Amino acid sequence: MAIEVRIPTILRQYTDGAKAVEGSGSTLAELISDLETRHPGLKDRLVEGDALRRFVNVYLNDEDVRFLGGLQTTVDDGDAVTVLPAVAGG
Amino acid sequence: MLRIDRAAYDAILAHARRDHPDEACGVVAGPAGSDRPERVIEMLNAARSPTFYEFDSMEQLRVWREMDDRDEEPVVIYHSHTATEAYPSRTDINLAQEPGAHYVLVSTREPDTAEFRSYRIVDGAVTEEPVEVVDQAPAAE
Repeated sequence: MAIEVRIPTILRQYTDGAKAVEGSGSTLAELISDLETRHPGLKDRLVEGDALRRFVNVYLNDEDVRFLGGLQTTVDDGDAVTVLPAVAGG
Repeated sequence: MLRIDRAAYDAILAHARRDHPDEACGVVAGPAGSDRPERVIEMLNAARSPTFYEFDSMEQLRVWREMDDRDEEPVVIYHSHTATEAYPSRTDINLAQEPGAHYVLVSTREPDTAEFRSYRIVDGAVTEEPVEVVDQAPAAE
C-alpha cells in the first residue's frame, strides 16, 4: 500500500506528465520528501521554508491540510492526497 | 480566441454586478479538451474584498472533483475588477496557475458599460485574445 498523490496540470512537468504518483511517509512532510527523490523539483513548488506555499492547496482525503496539521499532518497507507493550485488574484 | 455562448457571458456579468463592490469569481467548466465553456459555476470569494479574490479551498475541492467526475476542466476562470479596467493586475499575473485556462476579466467600474475581456496567462506573460459571443450553444458533436 502507498499514498496516492494527485498532481495538477501545472506540476506534471515534475511527474513526466503523470496525473497521480505514489509515495510513503508518516507525515505530509515525509511524503513530500519521499516524492522529491523521484520527482525532483516538486517539493520546492509545494513547500517554502517549513510551511506549505500560500497559494497551493493540499488536501488529505476530504480536508484541507491547513485545517489539520499542515506539513505535520499524519498520513497513512491508503490515504489520498490532492494538490490543487489556489485560484486567486487581485 | 474565446468563444462563449450568450447565456454564460450574461451570467458572468450578472454575477459581477451582484457582488459589486466586492470582486466576484468563478469558473466555466467544459468537456476536457473541447475548449468549450459550457457550465458557469459561481464561486465564493473567500477574501470578500474589492481588491482581491480567492476561491474557498473546500469549495474548490468539491467543484474540481465534480469536474473530474464529469470529464470536464475549467475552460474559463473569471473574476471582476470593481474600480479598474478588465486587465490582469500584477497579482493576477503572479498567481495565475492554470496555463490551459482562458482568464476572463470583467469590470464593474461603469454601471452601464460591460467590460468583458479574455487572456492567456502563462509563465508571467499575458496575451489578450478576442472574445466571440455566440447566440446559441454550439451544436452537439
